[in-house]
Amino acid sequence: MPRTHALRTQVQCTVNGDEVDFLCADETSLLNALRDELGLTGVKEGCGTGDCGACTILVDGKVNCACLMFAPEAEGSSILTVEGIAQGDELHPLQQTFLEGAALQCGVCTPGFLVAAKALLDENSDPTETEIRYALAGNLCRCTGYDKIIRAVQEAAVQLNGASK
Amino acid sequence: MTVTENPRTYKYVGTRPVRHDGLDKVTGKARFAADLDMTGQLRAALVRSPHAHARIVSIDASKAEAMPGVKAVVTGADFADLDPTHPEFDMAVNLMARGEALYNGHVVAAVAAVTAAQAAAAAAAVEVDYEPLPAVLTIDEAIAKGAPIANTTNRTLFSGDAEPSNLASVNEFGRGDIEAGFEAADIIIEREFRTAAVHQGYIEPHACVADCGQDGKAVIWASSQGHFAVRSKTAAALGWSTDRIKVIPAEIGGGFGGKTTIYLEPVAVLLSQKAARPVKLVMSREEVLRATGPAPATKITAKIGATNDGEITTLQSTMYFDNGSTKGFSALTGAMSVASYKLPNLELHAIGTVTNTARSAAYRAPSAPQAAFAVETLIDELAQRLGVDPIDLRLQNAVVEGDATAMGMPHPKIGFVETLEAIKNSDHYNSPVPEGAGRGVATGFWFNIGEQSSATVNLNEDGTATVVTGSPDIGGSRASMALMAAEELGLAVDRITPIVADTESVGFTDITEGSRATFATGMAVVNACRELIEELKQRAATIKSADVERVEWVDGAAVIEGEDRLTIPEITAMAKNTGGPLTATASLNAAGAGPSFAVHVADVAVDEETGETTILRYTAAQDAGTAIHPSYVEGQIQGGSVQGIGWALNEEYIYDSNGVMENAGFLDYRMPVASDLPMIDAIIVEVPNPSHPYGVRGVGETGIVPPIPTLANAIAAATGVRMTSLPMSPPRLLAAITGGADG
Ligand code: FES
Ligand code: FES
Repeated sequence: MPRTHALRTQVQCTVNGDEVDFLCADETSLLNALRDELGLTGVKEGCGTGDCGACTILVDGKVNCACLMFAPEAEGSSILTVEGIAQGDELHPLQQTFLEGAALQCGVCTPGFLVAAKALLDENSDPTETEIRYALAGNLCRCTGYDKIIRAVQEAAVQLNGASK
Repeated sequence: MTVTENPRTYKYVGTRPVRHDGLDKVTGKARFAADLDMTGQLRAALVRSPHAHARIVSIDASKAEAMPGVKAVVTGADFADLDPTHPEFDMAVNLMARGEALYNGHVVAAVAAVTAAQAAAAAAAVEVDYEPLPAVLTIDEAIAKGAPIANTTNRTLFSGDAEPSNLASVNEFGRGDIEAGFEAADIIIEREFRTAAVHQGYIEPHACVADCGQDGKAVIWASSQGHFAVRSKTAAALGWSTDRIKVIPAEIGGGFGGKTTIYLEPVAVLLSQKAARPVKLVMSREEVLRATGPAPATKITAKIGATNDGEITTLQSTMYFDNGSTKGFSALTGAMSVASYKLPNLELHAIGTVTNTARSAAYRAPSAPQAAFAVETLIDELAQRLGVDPIDLRLQNAVVEGDATAMGMPHPKIGFVETLEAIKNSDHYNSPVPEGAGRGVATGFWFNIGEQSSATVNLNEDGTATVVTGSPDIGGSRASMALMAAEELGLAVDRITPIVADTESVGFTDITEGSRATFATGMAVVNACRELIEELKQRAATIKSADVERVEWVDGAAVIEGEDRLTIPEITAMAKNTGGPLTATASLNAAGAGPSFAVHVADVAVDEETGETTILRYTAAQDAGTAIHPSYVEGQIQGGSVQGIGWALNEEYIYDSNGVMENAGFLDYRMPVASDLPMIDAIIVEVPNPSHPYGVRGVGETGIVPPIPTLANAIAAATGVRMTSLPMSPPRLLAAITGGADG
């Protein structure tokens, strides 16, 4: 039987600490590959154009919009998604402060905020409110007005600093 | 911060536990509709009209059907032929065009294929022959003499007119003597206001999965504000009986009114039926902006009169709200929301128009923000002209219990005065206005509604409990249900699991709208708990061979004759021997929804070179009645405030001359981001609603009403320029400042 579509490319990378491989068409976005091939549906699509941050992931430690990357670009990289933030059953302080501080309402933006906030705190352990607001400016939340999100990040920074002292 | 008028104290109500669904949402496990996949599932894509108004001459799907992976195509011909007088006619025509495409983006066909890419390619290959028709794009065009008809199925509501019209609804109401009112006035101010259409902007695009079985029944996984409404609307659009459809609620990623109607589910069901496989249908952001939701554009003239003593004597207003392609009630609710002041003489005209733009949908306190922009701007000008404090002027004229609403009905017990005083006494209002900045205040009102709800409370064998409701949780309502159940039963809140059940597992429940979930569904939960407590007392009496009359329920336990105690786990452990499982169900059509008032204050700085407004400080006070979970009440106040801020400063639908939305993406439809904003200080005022067991008013909506006039008034204070059209974006504000006129 004649083929009606091209065979897919195999991609190998590390996701949340595990070595994985998956197949994708060359034009598949990394977002769709993570969601559809690897079942990581914690990575959300709010726009598909890099404007909402719902798909925020870390690629080799750097913040990226998964919707703006082609899946084959992930070859050989190390990816962190919201599913990989907790250590086993121990939540990351950000996850804990988001819960306790009611920093989520519908929660669809939450995975992106957590990843972006983790990237911030990994680089800057004691950010000012303004630094937090700018670091999260690529993430849209329509429910909370951001107030409780900013406070949850501030509180997580305090906790992380307390733990490291 | 809470300003408490509430005389009662509770053990659980008013505390801030971690919400029950929170863990799944911070770990990525929560399943929204687009996250669900079924075995053998197809993906679907929609064909949308490139014309704002066109006759569909023919649709040829033969090429699309022959493409790889394609399993089904549907068009308007596959849907039930509803009579235009059917209440769901507009909804049904909006989700699949029949005969005419009514706006750019109107769906004319749909395709299901093995992959999303195949579906998209096939959708592009569906050949539609259109005959373009004249399009009507604005309120002014719609009401112009001799205007083309935007939608030939539209008849003006309740007019009895047989002829099609561009007017969706025309309402007039008022009281007193308008002329005498203006004669008695020493100051009269009149202005015309314009606002653009805006979107609710939920971050989760519309999505569903439908699986239609050989038995002719369908299961739908949906993201909606009301899965029972998804069922009834889908049934109507397909001409099916409701028992053929089961709707399972997915987590919902924001709605704000925009997910009270449906766009996708009947299409997915029909595709699934044709293909005999599950079908997943997910909108792109561009589709969401082009073809769902917008809140109406408006044109409002308002004229107000007051005496030199500050007594408002009269208000007259004509409000046009553009419903988009099909009729709605938006104009009426806007006019009705003018209900905050004693207005002895009042005349309101509310007119809804129909145009060839996307069908509008509810957006948080629907139509009240636009009306408040007009009225609260005029009140601010009155205060300025009279030289009085804007809060004092409002206090002087504020409605209290028994005063008439816009429609003439008396207000029930309300907390407007208390909310005004909360801002008047706030740290913010009593601190000096920063150098060079301007301060504005404004108020807002929303009715709130009751409607129908059901709840079941099941006690488990070990004395834990499950609270089952049919209200989708869009902002933390599960936690509120658990808190009220905890308070009633005397059971720790973490021993209660609140869930939202599908349409076959809980009694009928209306949509989560009108700020009703915690109020009405909460009342059903309380009623079910109270019934359960009676049963628990009976069981305790049986266990102790006591007279049930001598059993009291105290703090989570049955107390028999004032001494012997039986806790819930002790009673549930004996359930099998005392009459079987412990469960109770309650249903109601809740009356007595309590209106909620809000008062906001903002300090802004305006860059006179760029026209950019920076919000330096923002405080919002709102009457919650009783805050069941204060964090989520604050969240509603803060979220509503920021949506209003976006509406005021940046958001707008921009159409080109062909009716194509030019900014259908988040880059150009610019919603507020974290760096645009300061903290939003939320002050919860508690004037309990006497019609609710815990005094709940519902807090979801009012918060979006005051921000627009609050910022307009602050900008006026900072620049001396009165903005009367939205958004007050940098170029418009700059033009107004440099031109000395309004932008
Ligand atoms: S989905 Fe990637 S930024 Fe919005
Ligand atoms: S919590 Fe709903 S978008 Fe952020």
